[in-house]
Amino acid sequence: MSSLTSALPPAQGTGARIARWGLYLILLLFAAYYLLPLLLMITTSFKSPEEIRTGSLLSLPRDFSLDAWSYAWNRACIGADCRGMAPYFLNSLVIVGPAVIISTFFGALNGYALTKWRFRGANIVFGMILFGSFLPSQVILLPMAQTLGFLGLAGSAGGLILVHVVYGLAFTTLFFRNYYVSIPDDLVKAATIDGAGFFQIFTKIMLPLSLPILVVTIIWQFTQIWNDFLFGASFAAGGAQPVTVALNNLVNTTTGVKQYNVDMAAAMIAGLPTLVVYVLAGKYFIRGLTAGSVKG
Amino acid sequence: MATLSINNVRKQYGSVEVLKGIDLDLTDGEFLVLLGPSGCGKSTLLNMIAGLETISAGEIRIDQRVVNEVHPKDRDIAMVFQSYALYPNMTVARNIGFSLEMRGQAKPEREGAVRRVAKLLQIEHLLDRKPAQLSGGQRQRVAMGRALVRDPKVFLFDEPLSNLDAKLRVDMRTEIKKLHQRLGTTVVYVTHDQIEAMTLASRIAIMKEGVVQQFAPPQEVYERPANMYVASFIGSPTMNFVRGTLSAEGDRLGVSVGRERSGFLPLFQPPEQAGHWLGQEVILGIRPEAITCHDPATAAGNPALVKVACGVNVLEPTGADTITYVELNGHEVVARIKPSDRVAEGGTADFMIDMARANLFDPKTEQRI
Repeated sequence: MSSLTSALPPAQGTGARIARWGLYLILLLFAAYYLLPLLLMITTSFKSPEEIRTGSLLSLPRDFSLDAWSYAWNRACIGADCRGMAPYFLNSLVIVGPAVIISTFFGALNGYALTKWRFRGANIVFGMILFGSFLPSQVILLPMAQTLGFLGLAGSAGGLILVHVVYGLAFTTLFFRNYYVSIPDDLVKAATIDGAGFFQIFTKIMLPLSLPILVVTIIWQFTQIWNDFLFGASFAAGGAQPVTVALNNLVNTTTGVKQYNVDMAAAMIAGLPTLVVYVLAGKYFIRGLTAGSVKG
Repeated sequence: MATLSINNVRKQYGSVEVLKGIDLDLTDGEFLVLLGPSGCGKSTLLNMIAGLETISAGEIRIDQRVVNEVHPKDRDIAMVFQSYALYPNMTVARNIGFSLEMRGQAKPEREGAVRRVAKLLQIEHLLDRKPAQLSGGQRQRVAMGRALVRDPKVFLFDEPLSNLDAKLRVDMRTEIKKLHQRLGTTVVYVTHDQIEAMTLASRIAIMKEGVVQQFAPPQEVYERPANMYVASFIGSPTMNFVRGTLSAEGDRLGVSVGRERSGFLPLFQPPEQAGHWLGQEVILGIRPEAITCHDPATAAGNPALVKVACGVNVLEPTGADTITYVELNGHEVVARIKPSDRVAEGGTADFMIDMARANLFDPKTEQRI
C-alpha cells in the first residue's frame, strides 16, 4: 500500500509529461473548487464584522480574532435562548453516542445471525431489512411521530436516539451481513464443538474479527446522525434539539446586522466532529470498504 | 475412547435424500475412513456425528449413549476441519485452549494441557503466534492440537490433509497414523483420497450416493471388492474389467474371453455360486499387478498362474514398475510388470495371470459373484 509505487509503468516522453502536468492542473482546480468555501468559512470566522464589511471576501484576516468562535459557542442567541451552540453540541453528543453504539451493535448481531445461524427465510428477512436502507427519510416522519407519541418519547433525546437506531439498523445490518458472509462457517462450527454458545461466538470470535467493518459502520453512522437535520427538526423540541437544528436557528434569528463571522464559526463548530472522526479513522474507513474484495 | 454405532441413519433435505440408511459399527479405538467422491454424503455423515447437522431418521450412539439430540459440545468429540478453522484473532495457545476455556477450566490447568499437546505435536515454539503467521503444515498441527487437548472420545477429521502440498500430505498422514497408534482413540476420517484411506484405516466405508457400498478392512476392500464401483474406486491403475462367459473345460470352471481356445482362463477357487452362472456372461476383474511377465520358474510352483500370450501396445515406465497396456484376446488390459522385464512395444510376449486374485462380477447388478 505504498503511495510512491504504482502498478502502471512510468510515463515517458514530452507528450506524456505535458499530459501529466495537465492532469495535475485539473486536479488542483477541483481541489480549489471544493476547498475554497471551507477556506472562506475559516477566514471569515476569524475576522471582525468590521473587516468583513470592508475587506475582500477571500483575503486572510488582518487581526486574527477568536471572538466569533467564543461568541458562537456560548453567547449567541438561538431563538430566545442566548447560551450559544454549547448546549446543543452537547445534545448532539448525547444523541449520537448511544445511537451509534446501539445501532452498530445490533447491526453486527443481525449480520451475525443472518449469516451464521441461517434460519428458514433468512434471505427474505435480509431483503426486507435491505429495503429499509432505500426508504427516503421523509416517508417515516409521520408514522414515527405517532410511534414516539405512543411511547411517550416525543420531543426527547431518547426519542431521537430511537429514531436514529431504527433508521440506521438497515445500513448497519447490511454492512455487517456482507462482511460476515466472507468469514468461513467452519469457524462457527469449530467454536460450537469447542463449547461456545451464540453470544460467546459473537463476542469472542466474530467481533474481534470485525474491526474494519466496525470502523466503517461507526464512521457512517456518526456522520449520518451528527449531520441529520430532518429528524432533529421533526422529533426534538426546544432544549433537546441537536446542533444542526441549532445552527439553522442561530443563522435565522440574528437581529440587526448579520454577524457572518459568528455564523461561520457556528457552522464550523457544527461540522468539526465529523471532520475529526474522518481524520482519525479515515485510514480504516478505506481499508474497511475494500476488505473482503481482496484476500489477505 | 469409545465405541460408535450408526444405525440406519438417514438425512433428507426437503425431498432429496442424501443419506439412505447408513449402518456402521465401530469398536473402541478403530480408525474408520469414510471414502467417496464429492457429493456422496460422507461429510454430511461426519457433521451428523459431530452434531452440526440434524439426523432425519435413525440413531447415532457414542459409547452406547444415543446422541441424536445431544449438543455438539456435550458429545465429547473433537473435529479437525479441512480449512483448519483456526480462530484468526487468537494466538496458537489460546486456539488450542479455547475448548477448555469455554468449559470453564482454570487457567493454570489449561496452560498445562496446552503445553502437553504442543509438546506432543512439536509446536511449542509457535504458541505465541497468530494463525496468519503460520505455514500450512503448522496450521494443520495447531488444528490437531485443538482437537487433542480435550482428550475426546471420538476424533472427527474432515479431509484434513487436502489443503497441504503433496510432500507434506504424506508426512502428516504418517503422523496421524502414529498419533492414533499412540493415543488409541476412535477416529472417523473423511477423505476422497484412496491412498489416505488405505494407509490409515482399520476399516473403510466406501460411499456412493448416500449408500455404503462396502464396509471392511482396507486389504479386504482391495482384494475382494463388493462391487465394480468399489473395485474401480480403489487401486491405481484401476482394476481391469474383462467381459467373458463362464464356461467349463473338463472339470474346471473358467472364464472364456474372446473366441479363441487360448482365451479360457480357469478360475483357481471359483466362488460357490459360480455354477449357476455357467454359460452366462460375467465380468472378470483383475488387478494390474496380477498380470505379470511369464516366468517359468514361478509359474511351475503356483497352479493359480495362467500363461497367456498378449500383444504389447504401450509401455509406461514409472520407475518402480512399468505400466503396460496389453491386448488380451481383443480386450486391452493394464499389467504392472518389472522394469527389468524385456518387453517391446508392438511385439508379443508371454504373460501370466494370477487367477487366485481374480474377481467375478454380475454384469447387470455390478455386484460381486
